[in-house]
Amino acid sequence: MGRTLAEKVWDDHVVRRAEGEPDLLFIDLHLLHEVTSPQAFDGLRKNGRRVRRLDLTIATEDHNTPTLDIDKPIADPVSRVQLETLRKNCAEFGVRLHPLGDVEQGVVHVVGPQLGLTQPGMTVVCGDSHTSTHGAFGGLAFGIGTSQVEHVLATQTLPMARPKTMAITVDGELPEGVTAKDLILAIIAKIGTGGGQGYVLEYRGEAIEKLSMEARMTICNMSIEAGARAGMIAPDETTFAYLEGRPHAPKGEDWDAAVAYWKTLRSDDDAEFDAEVVIDASELSPFVTWGTNPGQGAPLSASVPDPASYEDASERLAAEKALEYMGLEAGQTLRSINVDTVFVGSCTNGRIEDLRAAADVIKGRKVADGVRMLVVPGSARVGLQAVSEGLDVVFKEAGAEWRHAGCSMCLGMNPDQLAPGERSASTSNRNFEGRQGKGGRTHLVSPQVAAATAVLGHLASPADLAAADDRTPAGV
Amino acid sequence: MEAFTTHTGRAVPLRRSNVDTDQIIPAHWLKKVTRDGFEDGLFEAWRKDPEFVLNRPERAGATVLVAGPDFGTGSSREHAVWALQNYGFKAVISSRFADIFRGNSLKNGLLTVVLDQKIVDALWELTEADPTAEITVDLEAREVRAEGLNAPFELDENARWRLLNGLDDISLTLRNEADIAAYEAKRPSFKPRTLTA
Repeated sequence: MGRTLAEKVWDDHVVRRAEGEPDLLFIDLHLLHEVTSPQAFDGLRKNGRRVRRLDLTIATEDHNTPTLDIDKPIADPVSRVQLETLRKNCAEFGVRLHPLGDVEQGVVHVVGPQLGLTQPGMTVVCGDSHTSTHGAFGGLAFGIGTSQVEHVLATQTLPMARPKTMAITVDGELPEGVTAKDLILAIIAKIGTGGGQGYVLEYRGEAIEKLSMEARMTICNMSIEAGARAGMIAPDETTFAYLEGRPHAPKGEDWDAAVAYWKTLRSDDDAEFDAEVVIDASELSPFVTWGTNPGQGAPLSASVPDPASYEDASERLAAEKALEYMGLEAGQTLRSINVDTVFVGSCTNGRIEDLRAAADVIKGRKVADGVRMLVVPGSARVGLQAVSEGLDVVFKEAGAEWRHAGCSMCLGMNPDQLAPGERSASTSNRNFEGRQGKGGRTHLVSPQVAAATAVLGHLASPADLAAADDRTPAGV
Repeated sequence: MEAFTTHTGRAVPLRRSNVDTDQIIPAHWLKKVTRDGFEDGLFEAWRKDPEFVLNRPERAGATVLVAGPDFGTGSSREHAVWALQNYGFKAVISSRFADIFRGNSLKNGLLTVVLDQKIVDALWELTEADPTAEITVDLEAREVRAEGLNAPFELDENARWRLLNGLDDISLTLRNEADIAAYEAKRPSFKPRTLTA
């Protein structure tokens, strides 16, 4: 019987397989950041261990880093200590680090692909659940806890139970104005936050094949919000074209050997998945969340659901609690929801294509009175690229704030936070209670919807902007 | 890791689904660089409500958390496990755990037990009606016991063996160091390196 893509990559990394034990998997790339690594380095020190493969390890600073005044000392003393701890640990153990201010610094899941370190068929881990992003290249990439970070540092391997596989086949074409973010939010709403639990998801089908690498990363990034530790997409010419010429991409004969291998990385026609979900892309429209988990979403054209409409008692209770926390009424249209803040950025939507999409919508328009819009590039390189294209000027002229790279308001570990009761439209990945700041209320949206929402002050799509223009006589 | 064999204690019934790790321990606590001192951050936002179940005096000293489905979703932060342990929890029962949280818990000796939602419902009813009711989580027998209830649970034999003996994963893996070296020797040369030789 044929094998799935996930099974092929898995099998290629088995260091040891023994009856009654989890497989011991080799890890090709280990990404580190300041939040989930300090206790792991402490563990190494305590046991007199070293980092086994410094040449497969890289660190950057992203979660705590401020997005303003980055040349000044970090104001929050606790954040400062955490960043200093990473610097000290990397220096002591010899780990390559891109600290705040470095041209390669940025959100760890933006940095890996942009350097060409993330390649098809690799195993990639990081102490961060959004490591699933890297699966967009056709590798097996998953988030791990700090104990596992220590394990990988010490052994370059992880004992893992073989996961089940789920095919998510997206047939047809995405309609004009519908993005990868809308698609993944719709998938999560369909299968639920636990639907992918225990599975590696493989996204496939016509609509997926047409996506750019940036869009594929957006999809794989949010696999974890469907409960799946990893999501992946078979590599193809789009993947190879993205990689070619990047600093760590193979060169010369190595490139040819690599591409020959990468071309084998597809699920065989007779491979069997443990589960399969089929989505019709042509039925989709811009999608936003109304609740406090990423599965609580609906098309922008819909209304806030009535909790009483849920048959399942636990879902009903969850919806009731969500509406209470979000300050929403059942039945109000999603377009009637006004926001205070718009955040464009994160490992989900902080890449250059995302910034271009948001800039394209907002160009020549103004952020609505009383709305604050933050644009945070996913990495320093993305920021430089955006500046070279004049996108920073577009955002600033619209009244948005152009910031330095980092995780920023996605999780509010730095000063970029919502105040209690404040509401955001955010291109990030989690609408959990308090995620963007204590008492903050988050609606997950695409970069395009974020930009249109910033202009109109309520949840809106770019199509709504055009309609509003038609209603407004010229010169008014 | 501390070994886990069997534990008996009073329970905290948490009637919520999708308890994500941001609720278990909010992000601002993640700036700490230690594995301890997270107890005050556990469910920090919800604990501001005096009626929240963890704040009820009759729940003081409880050690078994009985939660709704999809417990521990979201972020991979192991701090969520540390916070539960720092607070005093020894076991968590739910009908479904997020994968990363589950893995993290078992590596720290916090036993996460998967039981059918009907049994979770029964445990909620029992411990809400009688806060002094005790729950026993027996890893040797692989069962959960409470008044009028005896529920077997599954846990793979390898994870159980490591928990029962409090074994350290890294030491176990390093026993197979030769296998790792053999694998490394045959890795293709086109695979990327972060450092240039």
